[in-house]
Amino acid sequence: MNSFYFDVAHLLSGSLVLASLMLLYQDRVYALLHVFTLHALVLSLSVAWQAFAQDAPHLYITAAIALVFKAILIPVTLRRIVARLRIHQILETVAGIGPTMLVGISLVALSLVVTLRTTPAGDRFSREDLAFALAVILLGMLMIVTRRNAISQVIGFMSLENGLMLAAAGAKGMPLVVEISVAFAVLIAFIVIGIFLFRIRERFDTVDILVVDRFRGERR
Amino acid sequence: MRSFPFDPTLWLLVIPAASALFLAFLRDWRLAARINVLACFLSFCLALSLLAVPRAEPGRYLMVDDLNIVFLVLNAFVGFTTSLFSAGYIQHETEIGRLTPRLLRFYHAMYQFLLFGMALALLANNIGVLWASVETATLTTVLMVGIYRTAEAIEASWKYMMLSSVAIALALFGTTLTYMAAHQAVGEGAEAMRWSSLFTHAATLDPPLLSLAFLFVLLGYGTKVGLFPLHAWLPDAHAEGPTPISAVLSGLLLNVALYSVIRFKMLLAGNPHVLSPGPILITMGLATVLFAAFMLYRRRDIKRLFGYSSIEHMGIITFAFGLGNPLANFAGLLHMALHSLTKSGIFFMVGHISQAKGSQKIADIRGLTESHPFLGWGLLAGTLAIIGLPPFGLFLSEFLIVSSGFASHPWIILLFLLGLLVAFSGLVLRVCGMAFGKPTGRQEPIHVIPLPFLIHILAVLTAGIFLPHALVGWFRQTAQLLR
Repeated sequence: MNSFYFDVAHLLSGSLVLASLMLLYQDRVYALLHVFTLHALVLSLSVAWQAFAQDAPHLYITAAIALVFKAILIPVTLRRIVARLRIHQILETVAGIGPTMLVGISLVALSLVVTLRTTPAGDRFSREDLAFALAVILLGMLMIVTRRNAISQVIGFMSLENGLMLAAAGAKGMPLVVEISVAFAVLIAFIVIGIFLFRIRERFDTVDILVVDRFRGERR
Repeated sequence: MRSFPFDPTLWLLVIPAASALFLAFLRDWRLAARINVLACFLSFCLALSLLAVPRAEPGRYLMVDDLNIVFLVLNAFVGFTTSLFSAGYIQHETEIGRLTPRLLRFYHAMYQFLLFGMALALLANNIGVLWASVETATLTTVLMVGIYRTAEAIEASWKYMMLSSVAIALALFGTTLTYMAAHQAVGEGAEAMRWSSLFTHAATLDPPLLSLAFLFVLLGYGTKVGLFPLHAWLPDAHAEGPTPISAVLSGLLLNVALYSVIRFKMLLAGNPHVLSPGPILITMGLATVLFAAFMLYRRRDIKRLFGYSSIEHMGIITFAFGLGNPLANFAGLLHMALHSLTKSGIFFMVGHISQAKGSQKIADIRGLTESHPFLGWGLLAGTLAIIGLPPFGLFLSEFLIVSSGFASHPWIILLFLLGLLVAFSGLVLRVCGMAFGKPTGRQEPIHVIPLPFLIHILAVLTAGIFLPHALVGWFRQTAQLLR
């Protein structure tokens, strides 16, 4: 594999991890949406580069879906929902920014250690890609766990899903990648419509035990 | 050349898909309910014919083998009896105005679509198709759980959707890793995602990648099985949706997710250098049993109570497959089949009970054996079966699991028994309160369709007294396959 191809792929997937870390510390709705747009753009570039480097034209479709759907349509829709539902500008996180970032950094380290040990050393191209993809997935999960607000949870989920697309695009010759990206687009559309229709602003976890009991249908 | 001109595998998918499409446009809900039953009956006949028709070679996308045929027949059967129950259930729901004809159109279409998704997941000969169809089936149930549009139902389906989306994502990552583990040995392209070629090349797959893949698959599909600590969606989803859906969720969808885990476990068994999945499954199964058993005590909602009981039983089955010896595998399969029959039967009773009382709260339900004798005694019989009392079949399967593991893991089995006992008393405590005592609340008789429940409970009873030789041979053969 040409080392230039590898370097660019490395740069792009590394930037995706960086964008994931940036998502972690955003505490304003609009800033979060901007960073997510950046995240989706980087993913789109990265998948397009894989399509070029692997000579797999079908991956351009996945890149195009990422660009149109995730970098344009979803952020625009979410902005309108935020305005319509009057969601608070400041987002709450469960833990502070500092501890969350520390956990995030250790998750990146963990995924590097795990993947570099488990993948065959010969296949550098997909190996590094996989390590970064796992990091993005773990960071997405961290974001879902540490956020209370439905919109930021959805953004966490979408960043997680971007990590999956990175992994799938990096697996050489994997079939069904395009179909999978379409399936995820449908899923995300569902979720976003769900937020809008049911006006879900907050996740239903709260320290107020009465509220929890009521939502669980368990109050006498 | 196939000697037999009729191939039921494709029709098993065409019938539910076509009827889903048809039902989506049918306005008359009474007719729709009948067509739903008819389509389910046809699927059941087709699934039975799989047993008789000589089996074709695994195809490009679909396959039938000794393992999935058990699940297919069971799914089609419970799908059919549940459609019978559903016809009576929705009639009542429409009369009291909880469901409108428009929602019912959606409901029937989704019911068939769910069966389609599950059949495709079971038949798939491709790990990508498996993933996509499990996703389809899950999303369908998410929509069904939220169908009543109450705050609780929406909260339950939102929680279910978020958790299962993350699970879907993890399962996909596991699928990608499996492909990466295989593409060196099997070759690039669709071949490296096909079950049949993965199994023939199992020994040459890349061991560390395959181990990592299994962990992600276990987390992903394990969430849908309801394994502790990934079970949080399950009680809510069972409690807030329509009861026929609770029956299908517990009886079928959990099994389909379990099937996916077992398939990947089989793949690992073919490779000597990977991590051994047995201890992981034993630990998760045991933790699930213990956790769910203790959670049974503080329940106040009847459907939630049996939701936790489903978690417990999924733990038992996972535990059995984790033990992994032929007897335990046999017992695990048997337990899975009997649990499906019993639990969906219980949900048939629970559905009628909550309609008769107008409430799902355990506190509102008393003295059922006096006010509604059939429902009261039915619930009691179902509960005795589910806690594993003889002469019901679940006693046999639980006994086999315990005896198969006692020699190799005595301490673990003791903990497992503790879990079973705690669950036993928890359920008896709650159900006796509902079945006996002085009746409270509404006492008007209600129109009950007894047939589905009677078929299920009689089947479970028969299995406990006498297992037909053909069935034993069939399950034993499948258990051999599992290793």
